[in-house]
Amino acid sequence: VADALKPASLPAPPAPAPVIEPGHTFGSVTDKISAIVLTRRTPLSWFIGFGISFFFTLVLLYAIGVVVGRGVGVWGINIPVGWGFDIINFVWWIGIGHAGTLISAILLLLRQQWRTSINRFAEAMTLFAVACAGLFPLLHMGRPWLAYWMLPYPNTMGIWPQFRSPLIWDVFAVTTYGTVSFLFWYVGLIPDLATLRDRAKSRLSRISYGILAMGWRGSALHWHRYETAYLLLAGLATPLVVSVHTVVSFDFAISILPGWHATIFPPYFVAGAIYSGFAMVMTLAIPLRAIYGLEDFITMRHLENMAKVILVTGLIVAYGYLMEGFFGWYTGHLFEEFMVANRFFGPYAPMFWTLVLCNVLTPQVLWLKRVRTNIPALFIVAIIVNIGMWLERYVIIVVSLHRDFLPSSWGMYAGTIWDWATFVGTIGLFLTLLFLFIRVLPMISIFEMRTLLPEAQVTESEDLRVI
Amino acid sequence: MRGVPPHPAPEREASMRDMDLSALRERFQQLSGRDYWRSLEELAGTEAFEEFLHREFPDGASEWIDPVGRRQFLKLMGAALALAGVGACTRQPAESIVPYVRAPEEIVPGRPLFFATAMSLSGVATGLLIESHMGRPTKVEGNPEHPGSLGATDAFAQASVLTLYDPDRSQTPTYLEEIRPYAEFLISLDAAMTAQRALGGAGLRLLTETISSPTLAHQIQMFLADLPEARWHQYEPIGRSGAREGARLAFGEPVNTIYRFDQADVVLAFGDVLSCQAGNLRFAREFASRRRVFGEDARMSRVYAVESSPSITGSVADHRLPLRPSDLIGFAHLVAGQLGAAAGPPPANLAFAAEIHDTWIPALVRDLQAHGGSSLVVAGDEQPPVVHALAHAMNHALGNVGATLVYTDPIEAEPIDQLQSLRELVDDMNAGRVDLLVILGGNPVYTAPADLDFGEALRRVRLRVHHGLYRDETSELCHWHVPESHYLETWSDVRAFDGTVTVGQPLIAPLYGGRSAHEIVSALAGRPGESAHDLVREFWTEAFNGEGEWGPFTDVGGEPFADFDRFWRRILHDGFIVGTALPERTISLQENWAAGGASGETSAEPLQVIFRADPSVYDGRFANNPWLQELPKPLTKLTWENAVIVSPRTAEDRFGIRAARWSSQATPRVTLRFQGRTVEGPLFLLPGHAHDCATVFLGYGRRRVGRVGAGLGFDAYRLRTSDALWYGSGAEIQVTDSRTRLATTQGHHNMEGRDLVRAATLQEYLAHPDYIHQRAHTPPKTLTMYPAYTYDGHAWGMSVDLNACIGCNACVVACQAENNIPTVGKDQVLNHREMHWLRIDTYYAGHPDNPVAYHQPVMCMHCENAPCEVVCPVNATVHSFEGLNDQVYNRCVGTRYCSHNCPYKVRRFNFFLYADFTTPSLKAVRNPDVTVRSRGVMEKCTFCVQRINHARIDAKKEDRMIRDGEVLTACQAACPTQAIVFGDINDPESQVSRLKAEPRNFGLLDELNTRPRLTYLSALRNPNPEIVPIEGRDGPGPDRLWFSRADRLGAGK
Repeated sequence: VADALKPASLPAPPAPAPVIEPGHTFGSVTDKISAIVLTRRTPLSWFIGFGISFFFTLVLLYAIGVVVGRGVGVWGINIPVGWGFDIINFVWWIGIGHAGTLISAILLLLRQQWRTSINRFAEAMTLFAVACAGLFPLLHMGRPWLAYWMLPYPNTMGIWPQFRSPLIWDVFAVTTYGTVSFLFWYVGLIPDLATLRDRAKSRLSRISYGILAMGWRGSALHWHRYETAYLLLAGLATPLVVSVHTVVSFDFAISILPGWHATIFPPYFVAGAIYSGFAMVMTLAIPLRAIYGLEDFITMRHLENMAKVILVTGLIVAYGYLMEGFFGWYTGHLFEEFMVANRFFGPYAPMFWTLVLCNVLTPQVLWLKRVRTNIPALFIVAIIVNIGMWLERYVIIVVSLHRDFLPSSWGMYAGTIWDWATFVGTIGLFLTLLFLFIRVLPMISIFEMRTLLPEAQVTESEDLRVI
Repeated sequence: MRGVPPHPAPEREASMRDMDLSALRERFQQLSGRDYWRSLEELAGTEAFEEFLHREFPDGASEWIDPVGRRQFLKLMGAALALAGVGACTRQPAESIVPYVRAPEEIVPGRPLFFATAMSLSGVATGLLIESHMGRPTKVEGNPEHPGSLGATDAFAQASVLTLYDPDRSQTPTYLEEIRPYAEFLISLDAAMTAQRALGGAGLRLLTETISSPTLAHQIQMFLADLPEARWHQYEPIGRSGAREGARLAFGEPVNTIYRFDQADVVLAFGDVLSCQAGNLRFAREFASRRRVFGEDARMSRVYAVESSPSITGSVADHRLPLRPSDLIGFAHLVAGQLGAAAGPPPANLAFAAEIHDTWIPALVRDLQAHGGSSLVVAGDEQPPVVHALAHAMNHALGNVGATLVYTDPIEAEPIDQLQSLRELVDDMNAGRVDLLVILGGNPVYTAPADLDFGEALRRVRLRVHHGLYRDETSELCHWHVPESHYLETWSDVRAFDGTVTVGQPLIAPLYGGRSAHEIVSALAGRPGESAHDLVREFWTEAFNGEGEWGPFTDVGGEPFADFDRFWRRILHDGFIVGTALPERTISLQENWAAGGASGETSAEPLQVIFRADPSVYDGRFANNPWLQELPKPLTKLTWENAVIVSPRTAEDRFGIRAARWSSQATPRVTLRFQGRTVEGPLFLLPGHAHDCATVFLGYGRRRVGRVGAGLGFDAYRLRTSDALWYGSGAEIQVTDSRTRLATTQGHHNMEGRDLVRAATLQEYLAHPDYIHQRAHTPPKTLTMYPAYTYDGHAWGMSVDLNACIGCNACVVACQAENNIPTVGKDQVLNHREMHWLRIDTYYAGHPDNPVAYHQPVMCMHCENAPCEVVCPVNATVHSFEGLNDQVYNRCVGTRYCSHNCPYKVRRFNFFLYADFTTPSLKAVRNPDVTVRSRGVMEKCTFCVQRINHARIDAKKEDRMIRDGEVLTACQAACPTQAIVFGDINDPESQVSRLKAEPRNFGLLDELNTRPRLTYLSALRNPNPEIVPIEGRDGPGPDRLWFSRADRLGAGK
């Protein structure tokens, strides 16, 4: 009957691109992924990439030395603009991390199978991004060695932190986020670590992977516990996707500063975070699949899906910008009006308009399937979005601060070489960690990939037969 | 605690010792109502300007490549001390701390003592009380009983204590720049004097600054009596020469004029009379007393200011008229003529605008005449003699003499024509008639008129001796340099603007072995052993015994003193000698005095140049004082250097620099040429400056003074000639291609229609006392989530009267001195990192040709709902039980969030280690009651909590509440106009509570519901209704500014 009702003239909808290319077996998947770590010669490009990244990590260490040794005055910050690259970078990195958690947790709960081949390195990306992000709140302090005062621990001074301050909420949000992200990533790694342990040739790697695998033997009990733990962690991580950037947005929204004090900030920040996070996953996935020949596992379908997420979150972010402008006008409030006018036409207007170009206009090309399936185009769009999201934080932080209530105190801000050194340095650190990760750990979840194979599609009857 | 030093101490010490102007105007026309802006660049506020702003930070890398930041000078100071042998290279030996066996009298550790003394500037003294902690003078306060202070001080006096400890001061006698013992100097001097005695002193010349010290003058006169051929010359680059010569012109003899602003209903001021002026503190107090309006008391004076270069006097006047110096003279002639003062015919062809001729002058003249006997015409010290003479004549014609001003004899010992005196000296030197020149104080090589070429003449003197605080440009050319003792290190006596004598006592033994002028003159006279203490005491012993014109002396009650000892202790304790003020005298104008007066510059073409004393470094003597260098100059808000200041229209008409394209952050450097001499400096466009003239501040471009002051700005003395001491015609300005950034603390935009300074005219205010609140929105007090604080005891609050504030900066330095606030250096000021807890915002309203200016001192408001408190993650800024917003430095981790959430931007952050923790001498200047902040912590105004706590201890000992007026904050104590009042707002009878009940009371940004504890009293102006306000400042406030503002921001796109 259904066939009969279907208009004959309509062609059948095209089947979605597969999440794993045909022709693989359990063995071939395991071989291919573990070989990157265990048997394949490390390509020269890895050494070059790692070398460059490590150089920038050293730049970061030097910059940290300078900042801690001489004071945050080496940065361009001043009064009124007391936060500059430090907090811009913090928010940017935290935002980038969000894609990993979203992919791992929410898509897992939604049973989106396409997530499988990208979740591992997206999670790693999250972890490393949080590590980079976490540096900035520490470094931005005037006296970073006293950072532990932010923690509520019993002390002889008899003082608690100020629980009304969003910075304290931040401490909780970010540390929780970091911890859960790490656990999630690590728990997901355990079966694969056992695989590596079993396949490792050298004694050192056998011992190392053996310790990390925590005695995994692949028994049904292990699998049962694993699945339970993983699901629970996914459940725990899910609210974090929303909460972390919400709390980060409170850093601004709680204040009384025009341009910061906005109720739209939490959803707008979360959308922005996912937006930038997916852009970063895309930025990393495209070269990785090319270099390591993983086109079979990270397929066009993955890229297209991510492009769609970028488009949707990009639209939410654009709505946020629109609303900020609208609120500024609709309040009829002198300071709010001025803030918007200053953003549009003030001295930093070029930054704002570049941001609109990057974050609002550029992603619109993703409406076209031709673009969504064009790898170089996707790569370029992803890079532009990353830049745009950095600029967004620049506009929110610097442009709001530089001209607030009293014109007598208005000023200008520009990053110094040490601002750039810390920024570029954290990119170096991020890439260094990523290079190490792809060298020593399976960048794609082996056992989860195996479940995607046709062989894994176990039917009831087959189960029965086995028994 | 005030008193005489413990009796043995003095004796002991004695023995030791683009503008597109038309577009701008057009835009201005479009603005309706009262619109405020801070500087031209802001008014223009175009994209082009913003681009300049933006380009100012090419990579922002200035501070890390800057080799020696001025901030680092403090570190260098430590090294210098080590070189000078003061510091030690080795560890300090272990010392045992033991209590005094016999404690010095009156010293209680932790309790400061106050001693009265006086500081003199250009021969005019201000009576001071110096706070001393365990023998270290740390803070200067005014002496409330001294007529020249009345408790107030100026910025110079406040900063003088830093000069005392300046490690760059000269520390030892030198001969040809080599260190020599003082004894060798005495031998050398003795040899030269022996030769001179034989000649009757024919080859001996003394060059001093203006001397009003009775003892020193007596010493010099006695010394010269033995050497009939010797000559005494005086020269001071700034000071009262114009006033002296003006009086000579009018009366035939120099007189001292004492104004009584409190008696004057109408004031006509030529030039600046409220700063850099003898008696300015007293005058400012009396001036402000007639500017306050409380309740029904509306006896507000009306002030007309006519000036060339914008000054604080013009900024607080009701009507201000900017005129070129030559036009100003013509204007004075015109007004004097219309007032019937016999001033001769006014210069021909005066080119005033019709509105000045037809409206301004007649209205002014009518107003003055209507207030005959209660009006006052004053001329600032920087005005040329003819203006002073005309002012005298006008006051005579108006019958003001004896009512609003009185005359006395001059306070100077020898009120000579100093320029003539210097000329004679230079002639003598050039003619080779001088064998021995002793320069006591001053720096004539740097300050003498350029055409006299003092330095060249000096080289022809066989033996040259320089006595000064610093090794400077003059000491370089002298054989001998002998360090001078600071006024806090020596005994002396000085006279106030009215002649009142203060015997100045030392607070500390000379830090660097300096000698006072008394001792040098004594050494010249062949008695090198005499100490300043003995000389001063001896002089007053004789005076007490009735020698000379002095005495008999009585105490305040009119009782004669029993003996000299009581007299001496009393005058040291009080800080002045009762009855030494000069008596009032009557004097009449000379016949046909004005014959030689008038010289009108009729053509607009030649550019005129105006020389002014710098409001921060004066004549250059304070160049090595970082507190003063970093002090934003009134109106320009410029720090660390001087500039060539012109009006925006002049810049556009003459150099094609449009204000819209001009920014202090990228200003062109210009060459200023005058009489064949050239200097180069940055251009500054100052609204309200007279057209076709340029102002340069003296005192910069010091080649040699110390690490702080050398090499800053340009030396305007190189243009100043003896025929153009204060202004000259025929200057040329050429704009060069290079650009520079000026370290101004001024903001970057206009006030955007925000009601930050609320102002009204007196008429508006009297008609509608709630006038200033009409546009205000104050949220209800219940609008908070948190329960209200309760204050059972005191609740501290402050009131600042914007109508009394003259923007003189004394409070800024007082705050810096009291609270150990570091200076940061020019590079840090360029990046908005200045540390002043108290700043004075200046806003303009009206047309840039002649705007109205408002000064607004801004410090921590100690909000009831403080936005900073809730966002500090570590509870480092908390609400005290008396409502102070306390900053706990030890707890601060430096997130700077509090600063972002502070709408007043009064919080200051230690981006680096700004405070000097190492230099020994600078440790001594610190207030021991205030923490010295380290790197990475936020700081801000505390309402001088240490003073509150001192008072609390006293009150608790007596089991009582702190009394109203018992706590004076540092800014309040220094304020010459008493604009700042601090006290308990829980007490309805306190002065501050009564001020806050005034209808003029308003809170800055109170629409934000911060509920500031510091509130302002709105500014009032009392314009003459006959004069159409040039400012065009009235009209309904704009409430929808979206388009106009967007326009303005986007203009030029």
